[in-house]
Parts: sequence; C-alpha cells; structure tokens
Amino acid sequence: MQKLRENNTLSGWLLVSPLVTVFLVFLVLPIVVICIVSFWRATEFSIIPDFSWENYEFLFGSNVTYRVFFNTFKYALITWAFTLAIGFTVAYFLAFHVRTLTWQVALFLLCTIPFWTSNIIRMISWIPFLGRNGIANSTLLSWGVIDEPVEWLLFSDFAVILAFIHLYTLFMVVPIFNTMMRIDKSLIEAARDAGANGAQILWNVIVPLTKPGIMIGTIFVVTLVMGDFVTVRLMSGSQSANVGRLISNDIALLQYPSASATAVVLLCTVLIVIGIMLRFVDIRKEL
Amino acid sequence: MEPRSRSFYLLAGFFALFLLFLYAPTITIAILSFQGEGGGLTFPMRGVSTYWFRDLFEQQAVGDIWGSFRRSIVLGLMVMVTTVVVSVMGGLAFRKRFKGATVLFYLIITALVIPSILVSLGVGLLFSQSGLNVHWSTSGFGAQLTWTLPFGLLIMFAVFNRFDKSYEEAARDLGASPWQTLRHVVLPIIAPSLIGVALFGFTLSYDEFARTLMVSGSYNTLPLEIYGMTTNVTSPVLYALGTLTTVFSLAIIGVFLSIALLSNRRKSRAGSDAGKGLV
Repeated sequence: MQKLRENNTLSGWLLVSPLVTVFLVFLVLPIVVICIVSFWRATEFSIIPDFSWENYEFLFGSNVTYRVFFNTFKYALITWAFTLAIGFTVAYFLAFHVRTLTWQVALFLLCTIPFWTSNIIRMISWIPFLGRNGIANSTLLSWGVIDEPVEWLLFSDFAVILAFIHLYTLFMVVPIFNTMMRIDKSLIEAARDAGANGAQILWNVIVPLTKPGIMIGTIFVVTLVMGDFVTVRLMSGSQSANVGRLISNDIALLQYPSASATAVVLLCTVLIVIGIMLRFVDIRKEL
Repeated sequence: MEPRSRSFYLLAGFFALFLLFLYAPTITIAILSFQGEGGGLTFPMRGVSTYWFRDLFEQQAVGDIWGSFRRSIVLGLMVMVTTVVVSVMGGLAFRKRFKGATVLFYLIITALVIPSILVSLGVGLLFSQSGLNVHWSTSGFGAQLTWTLPFGLLIMFAVFNRFDKSYEEAARDLGASPWQTLRHVVLPIIAPSLIGVALFGFTLSYDEFARTLMVSGSYNTLPLEIYGMTTNVTSPVLYALGTLTTVFSLAIIGVFLSIALLSNRRKSRAGSDAGKGLV
C-alpha cells in the first residue's frame, strides 16, 4: 500500500508537471514579483529596487483609496444581488419547469452562447441602447414618460452595473443549474405529499439544497467584478473608478511600484472574501 | 402529464425576457453595422449599405485589424491544443489522490479567481525584470493559459468524477496495457467532453483581453485592437468589426457543437454490442 501510494505520487506529479510549470511561471512567480516590486521606488522613467513602505503608506493615507475600494464593493454587492435573483430564477425555470432533457440542454446552451463571444463587443453593443439619442431615450420620449433625454443612462454607474449583469449572470446560472439538476426529484414529491405548497417547497427544500451552487456562482461574480477594470472604464466613460482602474491608471503612468502595492491589497481583499465563502461550500464535492 | 401551472408561464416569460436582454444588444449592433454611409452610432438608419464592412477591408488607418485577427486565431489554436492536453493529463493525475493534490487544487482555484490585471501586471514585470521581451506567443500565451486551464481542468474533474471505472478494469482483465487502456477505452469515452474543453480553450483565448493587455508586446491581438478602437473610432465601422468577430465566434461554436452532437450520435448508434451474443 505504501509503495502504491509513492507510485501514485510520482506518476501524479509527472502528469501534472506541465500544469505546475505553467502555473509556477505565469501565476506564482508573477505574484511574487508584484509583491517584491510593491516595495520598490519609482522615478519618472524607471523603477528602483528598494525596501520601502512608501507605496503602502501613500495608498492607505489617501482618501481616494477608500473611496475607490468602497466603489468596488458597491459594484460587487449590487451586481451580486441582481445576478443572483436573475440567475436563480432562470436556473429554476430550466431545472424544474422545462420537462424534457433535450429542451433543457437547448435552452441552457442558448444562455451560454454569449459567454463564448467577445466581452468588449458586448459592452459596446449597449451604446445604441443607452446613448443620448439611443433606443431607451427615444422610446421613453415617444411614450411621454420623460420630456427630455435622460443623461445618466450611458457613461454612469447605472451603465457599469447593467453591463456587469449582462456579462456575468451566466456565471450564476451555470453552477445553480448544475446543483439543481442533482436534486433528487423524490424529495420534492415527498414535500408535496407532506402538504407543502409551491412557495414552501421552493424556500424549504430547493433553496437549501441549491446553496453550494449559489456559493460558487457568488465567488465567480464577486471576483470578476472586483478585479474588473475594462467594464468600468468603457461604461462609465472614465467617470467612475474601481480598484482595477486605479491599478491600470498607475500602469499607464509607468508607476509600477504603486500599481503593485494596490494590486497586493486588492489580491488580499479578494482572497479574504473568497476564504470566507469557501467556509460554506466544498467545491470539490460539487464537480 | 399534469397541465402547466400559472407559474410556468410567468417563469417562461421571465426566461424569454432574459434571452432578449442577452441577445438584443448584439443584434442591434449587427443591424446598425449595415448603416448607410452618412449614418451614425445610433438609430435612425440612414439607408442600408455594406459601406462599413468595405471600409473595414480597405482602410487601415486605425491599425492592423487583419494582422491582429490572424494572430488571435493562431494564439487561440495554440492555447486550445495546450489546454486540452494539459487538462487531460491533469484530470488523469487527480484521479490518483497523489500527495500535494489539495495544494495544487487550490492553486487552480486561485488562477480562476485572481483579478486578471494582476496576471497582466505580474507577467509583464516578470518578463521586463528578467530582460525578456513580451510577445503575444510567449508571455501572452502563458498569461492566457492561466485563464483557460482552470476551466479545462474543472471540466475534466467533473468528467472523471462521473467516470465508470469498471470499463478500465474490464480492459485490464482482457490484458490491455495501461497505455492501451488509455488510448482505446478512456480517451474515446471522454472524447465529447474534450470537444467542450477545446471550445473553452479557443474561445476564451480568442476573446481574452484583460490578461493579455500588458503582455502581448508590440503586436496586438484582436480584442486589444478593438479596445484601442473604442477610444478613437466613432463610426459604425466599430460595429461592423464587432459583428464580424461575433459571427466568427458563433461559427466556431457551431462547428464545435456539431462535432459534439455528431460524435454523440455515432456513439449511440454504434453503441454497445452487449447482448448481441457473437461469441
């Protein structure tokens, strides 16, 4: 048995060696470099090795940082609430109200196809809807709901969150649908036999059993939103900021040490959030 | 079968609205890309023409669209092949419960949840500090793998969790070597899922943006080119390009899905010969 286990370990590591190589070179080492560079100093043209807390002191001493972090959490929380509500409803419909497997698969694929197309194009495609002369404004005008075009549709927090929901709801639908499909249908029958009505079955049987899927979807959505910088830039027209944009602005100014310090803080924040969520779910069991 | 309840119709309506929400913007820009010559970024349409598509093929004032398209396809194929091979190997390894598997598993999860800009920044810094030049086929390739591999591996984990080991035992009992078992039993069974992994590998790479941003060097991939265009192009040519790459993505998805469908059908037709009693 001992021999077998050693054998397993050897052949296991041989099989994962390409994987480990990729992750070491392109994930672990880069994070290490970021941590090191976050202690360096920058001049206008170059970065100088050093060990100084300057970048962190500046980061934590600045009001902008707190505002931007607050903004990041705000985006994450609002997007999470909407994607969860929409994603759960869609998954619930697919799993419990569509009756044949063929239709379930077909409708599920219809939901997932946009995921395989370009995110940037999907953001751009909101412009004709939300612009000053866009479809939303002209429709509302013709209905007489508003008297003049609404300005806050495009290039605003509203547009940013709308785009987030548009891009990331799928990340809720898939894991929730996956867990729902594994719920033993006889449990629901049992609940019905015991006299539960539809709402009671939903709340007392389905929701608790779907929690792992909800957790995984939450992890996806929260991390994607917290790490984003493109959506916020494109959809807010550079008027709002989140942590990702703070980093990308520093990068554009070649202020790598300060970008790295912000990146380290962002990484720690995200890992803490995930760590808390992982306490509620065992991902390996859900695959 | 019991009749549909009222909640079914409510939910079906909600689902239809959701699909509308998903697809309507893309369809809108597809329509607007046929905008007439004098038309702008929003409705009304000023005539219908293919002016902006022709524009895309002719002028190259905004950079190298076709070069970037070519690079994106090559890179997508590289990432796809690597993702499939490495994911299968990883999936096979994780069946064995080797020492250190848990640490590696959490590393995979980290790769998935780490903010993309960190990969971009980190790989960029790593290359510049070690005196290497960033290039889409080296640093860009590696940075994209940190995004595609976790998806490929998670699919493989899901596949192998449902894999019936008795097939392998049967093959072994019949005298197959481990390699023969893998080649003639395991791989054919998991083949349809590999098509899924390949689809993820190609499309995620083809559309990847955030992780490639700082590490593609002087030659852009297509998403980077489009991102550049959003800041300085304000004509429907942007929509024309968007429509073309979306159509390309849809074609790729269509090809992969039909392969999966066909191979599934062939399998169920050829299927099992159990009970036919030749021997």
